[in-house]
Amino acid sequence: MSRKKIFLLMTLPLVGIFFLFDTVPLLTGFVYSLTNSKGFGSFKFIGLSNYLRLFTDGDVLSSYYFTFKFAIVTTVVVNVFGLLLAIVLNSRIKFKTFFRGIYFLPYILGGLVVGYIFNYIFTFILPSFGKSIGSALLSSSILGSTSTAWIGIVITVAWQSIAFNILIYMSGLQTIPEDVYEAAKMDGSSKWNTFWKITFPLLAPFFTINLVVSMRNFMMVFDQIMSLTGGGPASSTTSISLLIYQKGLSGNQFGYQSANSVIYFVIIVVISIFQLKVLNKREVQL
Amino acid sequence: MKSSKTNWFSTILIAILAVGVLIPLYMAINISLKKPSEMGSSLSNFFRLPKILQFNNFKEAITTTNFFQTAFNSLVITVFSVIVVVLFTSIISYAIARNMKKRFYRYIYYYLVSAMFVPFSMLMLPLVKQLSFLQIDNKFGLILMYLVFQTSMSVLLYVGYLKNITTSLDEAAYLDGANSWQIFWKIIFPLLKPLHATVAILTALASWNDLLLPLVVLSGNGNSKVTLPMAQLVFQSQFGTNYNLAFASYILASLPILIFYLFAQKQIISGVVNGAVK
Repeated sequence: MSRKKIFLLMTLPLVGIFFLFDTVPLLTGFVYSLTNSKGFGSFKFIGLSNYLRLFTDGDVLSSYYFTFKFAIVTTVVVNVFGLLLAIVLNSRIKFKTFFRGIYFLPYILGGLVVGYIFNYIFTFILPSFGKSIGSALLSSSILGSTSTAWIGIVITVAWQSIAFNILIYMSGLQTIPEDVYEAAKMDGSSKWNTFWKITFPLLAPFFTINLVVSMRNFMMVFDQIMSLTGGGPASSTTSISLLIYQKGLSGNQFGYQSANSVIYFVIIVVISIFQLKVLNKREVQL
Repeated sequence: MKSSKTNWFSTILIAILAVGVLIPLYMAINISLKKPSEMGSSLSNFFRLPKILQFNNFKEAITTTNFFQTAFNSLVITVFSVIVVVLFTSIISYAIARNMKKRFYRYIYYYLVSAMFVPFSMLMLPLVKQLSFLQIDNKFGLILMYLVFQTSMSVLLYVGYLKNITTSLDEAAYLDGANSWQIFWKIIFPLLKPLHATVAILTALASWNDLLLPLVVLSGNGNSKVTLPMAQLVFQSQFGTNYNLAFASYILASLPILIFYLFAQKQIISGVVNGAVK
């Protein structure tokens, strides 16, 4: 067999599978978004009316509001604290490997189990602590109120995923050679200045990775919400994924939620490209 | 001069914060070993150790969640997903990396990698229909789905790595009369070892802990308790009555991956980092 043929045989099986189970559903999803399908039985093409309805649907708008609020706040939290922790972990501390192992532990656990553990903490332990210090705010479960439930989800997801950001920043810090710092010190640069003028710009590629990966993952949050609030109270924590899952699969809104997924897809692509474009510009080389 | 003095301030700060990481886990283990009557509602009660370790909770959790069956299912799905992903994506990456100059292979590369931006929710609804139409809304279908959804990331990693492996090895082997297929298995596949570890770990973590995909692929068939995370979800309906039992089941569900982490911590951490940085 010729070289060309073997390479083709190595390529085509996976491309075929990929086309069948990734591209085909993508296209059929788009076709369904133009119909009034309930997920079963017959359906009619109704043009773009699903899309028009999305913009006035309270459920959809509130899920976008929650998802964006959650994803942006959590991305900021894990990056700020992740960077700080990485700097401390990267300094000359004892038992570095041991601590790194501990900080990474939450990352390998399932989102569902972590959600259940924090559910218990927010429902019982935190209120009990709130009562003992006489705080009215903390005396009842933060998951029970429409105004605070999302904070519980931010804390849980941040606790679990910050390990990833710490590691990426740590490997970034290790790429900065010691003599760059020495030179800065010789020039009389303060620690604060050194951080903003040297460390931070040199970490830019790692900052890009962290921002893009975090934002993309948090936009698709599902497991932790299932075990923390199930989307409640009063659907204040229903993420876009959860809404598409609930209403699309068992809420008779197959076609309509397909239109929602198409919009969701476009938004994720736009955000990712925007981040990559803007962030790549500010990356510097040593 | 480089000083090698330990920074004790940072060490202590990191140790205190590490407690924050461990407290939720301590709570979970603690609760799983108590009796319901030991729970109470005062703060000190939550942290107090159990009087007698209630291993019965675990026994009961094992039967309630059908632990051995669901853990076995999860293991089978994870192991096969890892094997299939490593084999299929490393082979195609080799073909792509060695033919990058040809437009056909370059476009295939972009096609596979760009799919990374398609959120699963977008494919979820049509996929359910498609899999049940093809009658693969079962474990086989699930493994196939992990192959599809790990492809973008894995191909990106493998192709990036293969670009750094010189083609002179290939050329020498061609002169000796080997074909591309033999070269891949005898020379390239062993050289890709570090990448195999990364791809395997990323795939294993993604499939072992996953809830949404099994829920979507398998539940339509009336199988609501196939994998470990699915069994945990069903357990939630009994959550209100017996937390000790519930937590015993969460600990059980996390135990296999914790043991794996204990032994392969270094590989897991570097695997995840490589996956993101490369």
